[in-house]
This record gives sequence, C-alpha cells and structure tokens, in this order.
Amino acid sequence: MQIMTDRLTIPEGRQLADRIGDLSGQKIASCYQCGECTAGCPVAYTADLMPNQVIRMVQLGQDSVLESSMIWLCVGCETCATRCPRSVELSKVMDALRETAVARKSRVREPAILTFHKTFLKSVERMGRTHEVSMLAEYKLRSRDLFSDIFLGMRMFLKGKLALVPKFIKGKDEVGRIIRNE
Amino acid sequence: MKYAYFPGCSLHSTASEYDLSTKAVCRELGIELEEIPDWNCCGATSGHSLNKEVGIALPLRNLAKAEEMGLDVVTPCAACFNRLKSADDIVKRDPAMLALMAEKYGVNYKGTVNTLSLLSVVYGLGVEAIQSHVKRELAGLKPACYYGCLLLRPPDVADFDDAENPISLDELMGSLGAEAVKWPYKTECCGASLSLSKSEIVVKLTHDILSMAKRSGANCIVTACPLCQGNLDMRQSQVEAKYGEEFGLPIFYFTQLMGAAFGLPDSSLGFNKLMVNPGAVLAAVGSEGK
Repeated sequence: MQIMTDRLTIPEGRQLADRIGDLSGQKIASCYQCGECTAGCPVAYTADLMPNQVIRMVQLGQDSVLESSMIWLCVGCETCATRCPRSVELSKVMDALRETAVARKSRVREPAILTFHKTFLKSVERMGRTHEVSMLAEYKLRSRDLFSDIFLGMRMFLKGKLALVPKFIKGKDEVGRIIRNE
Repeated sequence: MKYAYFPGCSLHSTASEYDLSTKAVCRELGIELEEIPDWNCCGATSGHSLNKEVGIALPLRNLAKAEEMGLDVVTPCAACFNRLKSADDIVKRDPAMLALMAEKYGVNYKGTVNTLSLLSVVYGLGVEAIQSHVKRELAGLKPACYYGCLLLRPPDVADFDDAENPISLDELMGSLGAEAVKWPYKTECCGASLSLSKSEIVVKLTHDILSMAKRSGANCIVTACPLCQGNLDMRQSQVEAKYGEEFGLPIFYFTQLMGAAFGLPDSSLGFNKLMVNPGAVLAAVGSEGK
C-alpha cells in the first residue's frame, strides 16, 4: 500500500476542501480522524488510501486524492456515514470526489469501474432503463475484458435471467435529456 | 392498502423471481400494487456516483409519476428504495433543489409522496397477521438473515429497523416457523455493483458472508436485495472453487419463503431461477423446490 504524499499547499489547498464541501454538502473540517469509517469500510482491505486518509487529504487540499483508487472502489454502502461520530457523510464526499475527478479529467486509477458506470448510464440514456444484456456486451467491449464470466453468463441466460429484448420506455427521451443535461 | 409499485430494472431481468414472488405474496396479503407506468431506472449506484443532480433527477421522475397516481411508493429493491427515498429527502429539505429539478430537468414533483421498502411494508403488518396466512410452517429452515447495506443505511434515510443489528427479517422468518440463526454479518457489504468491474472484491466479500453464515449454523441465506442475492447466488460456485470450500447455501428472497409458507404454488415463486439449487433444503421443510 502506497501512502500518497504531496507538498502541502495550504493557500491553494482550500479550493479542494471548499469545492468538495460545497458539492457534497458536508462539513469537511468536522472530521477529527477517529478512523471509524476506515474500520467499517468493506473495500479498505484492498485500497491505496484508507477512507479517513481520503478526507484528510481533502482537508489539506491535496489534489492527488482525485487520482486514488479508493474513491472508485467505494461502493456507497453507507457504513461510514452511519457510524461517523461527527455526522460527516463520507459516502457523499466520495461521490463529490468522483464527480470532480471526471470534471477535471484527473487520472482515473480504476478505469474499469468508471467504464461500468458510464456504460450503465448510457443504457439508461438510450432506453430509460438498464438492459443487462446490451450493457454487459458494451461493458465487455469497452473494458476489453471479453471472456471472464462467460460461463456464468451462459448459465444466467439458460436460467432465463437475461432478458434478450430490450425495453425502451416511452419517456426515454425525457430520461436521456436528464442524463445529458448536467 | 394500495401502493404505486416500483420494481426497478433488476426485477425485470436477473431478479425476476423477486418480482414474481413479491406480487404473489402481496396478492395473498391484500396489498394492492399498481406498477408506475413508464417508470425509469433509479440510477442505482452509477447515477449518484458520477453526478449528484442526475442521481436525484432520475429517481425523482418516478416519484412525480407516483404523485400523479396519488399513491405512496413501495419497492422491493434495496438500492431503488435508497435512491428514491434519498432523492425525496433531499428535495423535501431543500426547496432550491426541488425547483432546480423542475427547471433544469423537467421533473415536476411537489413532494407529497412517501417511499417505503417492501420489507418495511410487510413487516408493518405485524407478525400475527403474517402468521395467520401460514399454511405450512418452514420448520427445519435455518436462514441467516442478510440485510445488506442500502435497506437500512443511513438510518435517517432508511428510517426502518436498526442499521447495526436489525431484526425485522429475523422476526418475519420466525413468523413463518423458520429458525433464523444468530450471526454477526447481517449488514456486511457484498460488494454490490463491483460484480462486473472488480469481481475479485465481490468474490472475497461474498466468501466471507457465505462462510460466516455456514459457521453460524445456517442452511440457507435470505435476502431483500437483488444485488445481494445475485452476488451470493451467482458467484457461489466461483467462491467455492477459489477458496476450496463447500457452501451449498440456497439464497432466497424473503418473499419466496413467505410464499412457500403461505402454500402458494412454486411456479409463482421462481425457485427454479435460483442458481444454487434449493431443492434439498426446501424438501426438508415440506415444500418442493425445483
């Protein structure tokens, strides 16, 4: 596990804390590093940064946090938000970090995860709902990971778990506009 | 009682047995479900993960439709519930956001709808009421009740049961004559939507859940979330192969077990869609699962 360090740049650093604080609606300065979030995080065991380190870096304005693996591995399980003694919803901070990383074109440490989210939303944009078969196909092509899960996919298909025909809802254009209109 | 029904995308594909059994059980319990016409995807994890406003607008469109129907919303999917309720809470607290949803996203919601998880609605009927429908006690069934994440967290959104040591599913199973095991992983995350993009994490997390359930004396796991059920069921053989352990734990939706106890036909409960064959476990309790 590599701990990411950065030259401290407090004056410029306020920008990140303010931006993330505004977008997430959270009081970033409230965190006093108790570690409760890290203790309960299901993906911390495999992440480059611990959840508490992520928010510490935001407090200190260390932009390299936007290039961490952790912000992408976060699944939004809300364990951190549930347990934080300072009522900081770290899950919302993670959302804000992801949104900011994409907006600033930061290097994405877990490209497959971003690809998945984009593919998911692409399906919703086109059809109003996710259509698993076409989403799976597109995700596999985009991530260039064609063959893993192929047997699982076949078994799912044989059990009737993969609807072949996509359903386009009548309001698909409305939904498409919602997704594009950010 | 009547509700606007939001199935969500999974219940129309990989979790169709949850949709099937939900409708069968609600019919039996006198809960009327009217599917929201032309509903859209709630955005699940991907919506809010990439864009805060989109993560609110997508679920809110469905609440606006339910508002037109004049009904409160019930949904079996834990993620859909969490997204619908979160969006609702945000706009009810923040009139500027509500206005933005209308102006920028064309979602005209007045904030008059309540959103509930199916489990909370069913549990709200009371243990005695549920028991009165039981034709066949599920004696011999020892489920590990697995609640997952989004059904109960964060507490102010879920507004139901307890986020650290919930008991609703356990009591529900008890009302069916099953013996829910005591175990410490009721609310541990399964890895959720990382199933495709980082499946090794899901394999590890589901291994831990399956292993703990087995060690706690369970002969099956009961869930209330399509992602949880999907990960634990569909990846179970992969987990067994990777860790060299055998689990053989059928992963049920709670509505399937309710239906079995109510004596509803198996064809209305979708047992044949489960990957890990529930046959042996169900046969032992007098219900024939194929």
